[in-house]
Amino acid sequence: MTVDGLRRSPLGDLPETLGHGVRLREIPFLTQLNLRLAPGGGAAARVAEVLGAALPTEPNTVTDSGDLRLLWLGPDEWLIVGPDGAAPDTEGRIRTALPGEHACLVDVSANRTTLELSGPGARTVLEKGCALDLHPRAFTPGRCAQTLVSKVNVVLDQLDAEPRYRLLVRGSFARYLADWLLDAMSDTALIG
Amino acid sequence: MLLIACPWCGERDEVEFHYGGQAHVAYPSDPEALSDAEWAQYLFVRDNPKGPFAERWSHAAGCRRWFNVVRHTVTHEILAVHPAGRPKPVIA
Amino acid sequence: MTQPHRLADGGRLDRSTPVRFTFDGTEYTGYPGDTLASALLANGVIEVAPSLYRRRPRGIATAGVDEPHALVQVAEPMLAATTVELHDGLSATSLPGLGRLDQASDEAVHDKMYGHADVVVIGGGPAGLAAALAAARSGARTVLVDDQPELGGALLSGHEEIGGRPALEWVEAVRAELSDTAEVRILTRSTAIGYHDQNYLLIAERRTGHLGPQPLPAAGRGRLWHVRARQVVLATGAHEHPMVFAGNDRPGVMSAAAVRSYLNRYAVLPGRRAVVLTTNDHAYGTALDLAAAGVEVAALVDTRPQPPVALAEAARRAGIEVLAGSAVVGTSGDTRIASARIAELAPDDTLRGPVRELGCDLLAVSGGWSPAVHLWSQSRGSLRFDEALAAFVPAQAAQQVRAVGAARGTYDLAGCLREGSAAGAEAATLAGFEAAAPPVPPSVGDPRPALPRPVWLVPAEEGEPATWRDHFVDSQRDATVADVHRAIRAGMRSIEHIKRYTTIGTAHDQGKAAGPTAIGVISRLLGASSPAEVGTTTFRGPYTPVSFALLAGRERGGLFDPVRTTSIHPWHAEHGAVFENVGQWKRPRYYPRPGEDMDAAVLRECRAARGAVAAMDVSTLGKIDVIGADAGAFLDRVYTNGFAGLAVGSARYGIMCRPDGMVFDDGVTVRLADDHYYLTTTTGNAAAVLDWLEEWLQTEWPELRVHCTSVTEQWATVAVVGPESRAVLADLAPDLDVSKEAFPFMTARQATLSNGIPARICRISFSGELAYEINVPSWYGLAVWEAVLAAGEGHGITPYGTETMHVLRAEKGYPIVGQDTDGTVTPQDLGMEWIVAKHKQFIGKRSFRRADTARADRRRLVGLLPLDRAELLPEGAQLIADETALTGPPVRMIGHVTSSYRSAALGRTFALALVERGRDRIGEKVYAPLPDGRLVAATVTEPVLLDPKGARRDG
Ligand SMILES: [Zn+2]
Repeated sequence: MTVDGLRRSPLGDLPETLGHGVRLREIPFLTQLNLRLAPGGGAAARVAEVLGAALPTEPNTVTDSGDLRLLWLGPDEWLIVGPDGAAPDTEGRIRTALPGEHACLVDVSANRTTLELSGPGARTVLEKGCALDLHPRAFTPGRCAQTLVSKVNVVLDQLDAEPRYRLLVRGSFARYLADWLLDAMSDTALIG
Repeated sequence: MLLIACPWCGERDEVEFHYGGQAHVAYPSDPEALSDAEWAQYLFVRDNPKGPFAERWSHAAGCRRWFNVVRHTVTHEILAVHPAGRPKPVIA
Repeated sequence: MTQPHRLADGGRLDRSTPVRFTFDGTEYTGYPGDTLASALLANGVIEVAPSLYRRRPRGIATAGVDEPHALVQVAEPMLAATTVELHDGLSATSLPGLGRLDQASDEAVHDKMYGHADVVVIGGGPAGLAAALAAARSGARTVLVDDQPELGGALLSGHEEIGGRPALEWVEAVRAELSDTAEVRILTRSTAIGYHDQNYLLIAERRTGHLGPQPLPAAGRGRLWHVRARQVVLATGAHEHPMVFAGNDRPGVMSAAAVRSYLNRYAVLPGRRAVVLTTNDHAYGTALDLAAAGVEVAALVDTRPQPPVALAEAARRAGIEVLAGSAVVGTSGDTRIASARIAELAPDDTLRGPVRELGCDLLAVSGGWSPAVHLWSQSRGSLRFDEALAAFVPAQAAQQVRAVGAARGTYDLAGCLREGSAAGAEAATLAGFEAAAPPVPPSVGDPRPALPRPVWLVPAEEGEPATWRDHFVDSQRDATVADVHRAIRAGMRSIEHIKRYTTIGTAHDQGKAAGPTAIGVISRLLGASSPAEVGTTTFRGPYTPVSFALLAGRERGGLFDPVRTTSIHPWHAEHGAVFENVGQWKRPRYYPRPGEDMDAAVLRECRAARGAVAAMDVSTLGKIDVIGADAGAFLDRVYTNGFAGLAVGSARYGIMCRPDGMVFDDGVTVRLADDHYYLTTTTGNAAAVLDWLEEWLQTEWPELRVHCTSVTEQWATVAVVGPESRAVLADLAPDLDVSKEAFPFMTARQATLSNGIPARICRISFSGELAYEINVPSWYGLAVWEAVLAAGEGHGITPYGTETMHVLRAEKGYPIVGQDTDGTVTPQDLGMEWIVAKHKQFIGKRSFRRADTARADRRRLVGLLPLDRAELLPEGAQLIADETALTGPPVRMIGHVTSSYRSAALGRTFALALVERGRDRIGEKVYAPLPDGRLVAATVTEPVLLDPKGARRDG
């Protein structure tokens, strides 16, 4: 589509960057839908049906459904993350489950961009600015958290045990956060 | 740096939270029915105990939920945490 | 001969690679493993810079962080030579207790790390090692922290045995096991400097600083750890304190434990002929080691009338005369000590009998031991004075922490190992692990000591305490017994007052060594029965000084604080915008053309907006989707005016107040659907307003069916402003009917722009002009901005910044929350009675009836026109009512200037101000006394200075 060509992501000029045992890149334009509804009710059940996976009710966890990730943000709030372009279809499907409900679905795909930080040194890089306990005993693939990384609010989503993290960050903060991560990645003693 | 247990997210550093003052101070159901003195009491007067104090916090950088905490104002020990809307716990 | 005081062998040194260093310009050699202090002593240098106030000669007095005298400047100022590791090329100059800042900026990288542990053990001596081992074996995440380059603590300075082998072999075995254990981190060269609430520890790690000026590339010089621990074991050891007698500050007077450390750990002879003075058993080891190293020990002076028989016998066997029940009462010497005067002490600590003088170049003093309770006290653990140990020891813990070994007054090696092992296991168990204390290996040496006889104050041979000016209590501050006496005579009793009056304990070492001594002296001069009656001062972090660079970490320069930019920012930067900080946002303030200053650029930008068309990036406005069946009812409660009745597709300006009736925020809200409002906030209040709405929904009105979602950054917003903005929009959105009738003021339309981008377009105005705000998903922001400029090119469209925006809105009398309001201003004060609904309830309404809020003489927003049309009143200028008021204080002020600009449209300067009874003063004059002495007169006017009927806006 021609309109897509007019899009600019906040970090469109950020090359994939390698550090010592760590990699950073932007994944632009991911679909992000903010969903608010009462957990455990009829709407939640119908949403689970149309998405093929239940909305997680355990705080700070993620469920997968195909190429969608359903992130717990609050007791009545989720972020549904999918590939670029999936918003209209996903929003349409969810809306079929919501009529008459006290529920709220907002497309916030342009609200945040996504940084992917991965590699054996990735946890150490994050630990330079994130007070969350990211040790495998406390934080594993399938867990997410809204927290601070160097004073910036992020949605942190651990994808695998490499570890590979996604940091969903509001566009205005993306440049600062990337600069901060690149600086932290310059530490030569990241692993161990 | 206090460590505060959000009822939903668990233990997080104080910087993730916003402070909301004394808990269990309800907004008057009919402010117009109050005298100036009663309204001023609601607006301006709060307890300031040396000891356990029920107060409100919001997990601003996390799940954005408001909840109540009983904190000892001398030791900063957090004696109880519970979601908003529940009655004040009894602290021995 | 180099290093004339170096022993032929022994010590924890690498003798294969001598290193060169300079001290005060003279070159010396030493070995890796030395501190600067030990290397100086090896070269026969004991004297350092004289004292700060009295220029008394001073010498190296300790071997650790409690050093009061040997301060040096390396690159950083005020480092203790006893803690500076020697490296090749080290260049140090001595400091008399006062450093100087290097003017060059410190480019070294400092790092920060957050850590989490089940058990943190602070101190790598025998107790700490035993604790770490016990915890580590349970699988607990264990961090062992020690400030020295190698583990071992006091074992590095003695020759004890553990498990039938030299103790340092046991240390190495423990270190090796810990290193091989998963989930264990050993932090050496790391000082725990702070102990905060809920076991939050700050640990300063020296990463490469000790290597000298060639740090590894990018590896930081230092690192500040922020560690949250479930359980803490404090094995921080004890400090030996000095004794207070005449001339106790002379070079060559040294801590007895330090002397032993220099002998055994650094293979250095701090002197050739020594006198040892002690109140306790520990210094006997020093005396015996000195004798064994060939030093002549002229006497061992013990304050106790009956020293332990075995120790006294061992001393005599080594040829050392023991002078029991005695003390040193004075020293002499040119600068360095040449002799010590010794007298017998009566049971009440008075002197009796003849004074004996012994020649010596070293006086090794042990005035007693005090557990290093600094971190314990920072954790708010209580202390008690143990009369037998004559020291303050940990009593009641306030957090999940325990003290072991010398840190709680257990001074024998076997006891330290036993306590450490048990505490490590206990801590791991409480952290949720199955742990057992490992068996404690047998040990030899450092047996349980007999009780000390503390002597807090050795009298002078003559005179009264008021005259004892050479009895140093805190030698770094040159504070003496005479000073303490003066403080007490001035009426002070509290240790906190005496500390501040005398400055004792306020120097670089924060009284680490002198603190307990000072308390003892004060208790004696107050006639107290025990130091327990005096108590301690408050222990505050950091335990040792740290640099600001370390505290700053990576948050320097561009990383100091988050910088927020909009999706259009690259264009602004490329086109020479001058930015201003608005909170964390970088917003274009104005776009100067070559040769323009701000005034010229802003006048040009204003003329474009009023005369043709101009564009502004207003993406920073806060934006919230308020969605749900009760959204209208909710907004009715939050705003002073009504929103439930707003038509779909229409917009309305609203003000929200706090319960006290004061303006909190304002902005325009659009009703997009029955159950969907699109609310905007001021740039600075975006997060606060969302928090505010959530607070009311969650805590007061959970029954309302409303959800709020922040969409501030979902949308980029471009304001197109000016009489020709309609033409530009028509070009930009050809399918949209932009006619006055089809798209009236305060309505919103959905449209597809000519480039295919979907947009939400609101016809609203913050300038008083015909204007539109175009909202698009923020990834299109830059493209739409460029499209707007292209569509407006033929109209001379002009980008403008915040400064022009401020002028345009002020000409219309529109206040800015946070600039024209300050939390004490009601909507009525702003002249907006029309926005305060009469027939509904909303937050703050009740306050408008309060006597103070309803007062007739409140400050109200008005315009000001300086009589001199070129005079620009400074924002913040105070206002007075008449010309002659400036006779003298108090000056009655009736208001202040909140905004002040040059107006292109008015051809003059103007201002907004909050003025007492301002609405009643319209047409009158007020006066602004300026700092330059002038009194500037201005006429009070209505705040709306341009187009009061709104014809331009509605056109
Ligand atoms: Zn939470």
